[in-house]
Amino acid sequence: MAYVAVKGGERAIDNAHALLSEARRGDASVPEIEVAQIREQMSLAVDRVMAEGSCYDPDLAALAIKQARGDIPEAIFLVRAYRTTLPRFGFSEPVESGNMGVRRRVSAAFKDIPGGQILGPTFDYTHRLLDFRLAAGDQSARAAARIADEPTPDTLPTIASVFAHEGLLEVDAPRNAHAEPFDLTRDPMAFPADRDQRLQALARGDEGFLLSLAYSSQRGWGSTHPLCGEIRVGEVAVSFSPDELDFPIEIAELTMTECIMLSGFASMDGAAPQYTRGYGLTFGHCERKAMSMAIVDRALRVREFGEEVSAPCQDEEFVLYHSDNVEASGFVQHLKLPHYVDFQADLQFLRKLRQEYFDAQREAELGAHKEAAE
Amino acid sequence: MQNSQKVVGSNALDRRQWLSVLAKAPAQEIKAAWARLECAPDGVELRAPETGMVMVRGRVGGAGSSFNLGEMTVTRCAMRLDSGETGVGYAAGRDKEHARIAAIVDAMMQSENLRPLAEQTVVMPLAKAALDRRSLAARKTASTKVEFFTLVTGRQPK
Repeated sequence: MAYVAVKGGERAIDNAHALLSEARRGDASVPEIEVAQIREQMSLAVDRVMAEGSCYDPDLAALAIKQARGDIPEAIFLVRAYRTTLPRFGFSEPVESGNMGVRRRVSAAFKDIPGGQILGPTFDYTHRLLDFRLAAGDQSARAAARIADEPTPDTLPTIASVFAHEGLLEVDAPRNAHAEPFDLTRDPMAFPADRDQRLQALARGDEGFLLSLAYSSQRGWGSTHPLCGEIRVGEVAVSFSPDELDFPIEIAELTMTECIMLSGFASMDGAAPQYTRGYGLTFGHCERKAMSMAIVDRALRVREFGEEVSAPCQDEEFVLYHSDNVEASGFVQHLKLPHYVDFQADLQFLRKLRQEYFDAQREAELGAHKEAAE
Repeated sequence: MQNSQKVVGSNALDRRQWLSVLAKAPAQEIKAAWARLECAPDGVELRAPETGMVMVRGRVGGAGSSFNLGEMTVTRCAMRLDSGETGVGYAAGRDKEHARIAAIVDAMMQSENLRPLAEQTVVMPLAKAALDRRSLAARKTASTKVEFFTLVTGRQPK
């Protein structure tokens, strides 16, 4: 069967894009939204686009959200496409999240965590009642933050450091200064995947997919029984050694969310039992994502702890091959593009099958008549 | 943030510290500080402002070996003053003017004559602004710290 090139549609496509532009703008009597307004007032959407777009740049993410009419996976796709146009200057030093300038830090497991439970700007404990004052532009909806006399300390001890002397918590594998971590932006997914590769994939993975996997794990599909050891949100310094200098400089302080889930006991190499941990780290303030990531990270550590793969969240090929929403969205949505030839081939085959079916039926009927006549 | 504090508390800034102050300053602040300089020195671009990516690394579990978390946009620039000093500028984001100002100020900081001007007009005010911003944020954060108290349950003996 030969392919037949079908041309046409250029004008329709141009006009569709013009119509999209008008639809994006909405009612022209309503003021146009500015990128800076999205950056400042839709900041959690911006954070999600940066985390899953795997590119920290709030202005870019806000622009992508505007261009995508608020379609977050589409905005993530735009950011991913943009990043391919830029050269890479190098790699940062690994960030020290323990030195984070904390804006929020809670431990659901340990009430008396040193430094205290610091709620920060959170939706937790709100009543989830729509606040119509925001719709009316009522000033009373804009409470000013209280200012304490004493600031929070520059750094807060982590849950890991609190219990370190007792050995109750699993200790992070020692740092290997010489090992280059896996880089998904340079190398294709490979299995079995080490934890560095898995964490990179989870960090840019779809929040909804990871949330559902984490939920499935909590409900018993590959149960991890997690407790939230610590969540922290705040600013982390990024150090980078430029080409021109022989020392690293701090080039930025990026907002990040980190989550440590405590989950299950294990005896590593015959040592005394310890809590094992799952780890989540994201760009921006993305708590739901960081928590889901930590649960899925722990679930995926089946080989390390000699556990059995009994559920989707423990199967690294299943999780890592399907967590990227740019790939997933692309493959599902490509079905919208013309498949005329596939369909034509299917139709031909289906018509043939039906013809064979009807022929066989007619023969059977003829046979039955013949028998009856005899 | 540790750097800013050291900078404010010390007269002997090292290059690493001032480069960090310049990199981390909000673009509008460094531009405003630059605008206050009355006699900005002339120079040539050794490396025109250029935007690229840096892959940010995290640590497995928070303190273990490294993994690639995701990239960030960074803009860099290198300038040479007519008096001979060479400066580099790095800044998060895509603001070319920010990187160019940082590079010129870095060069000025290496010149005995120009350093006092750069320090007093640009570097120190930026370091102080960063510290003030951080302190205010930390005090707002501190207001959300939970003060636990224990309710006495059961009947108290009379």
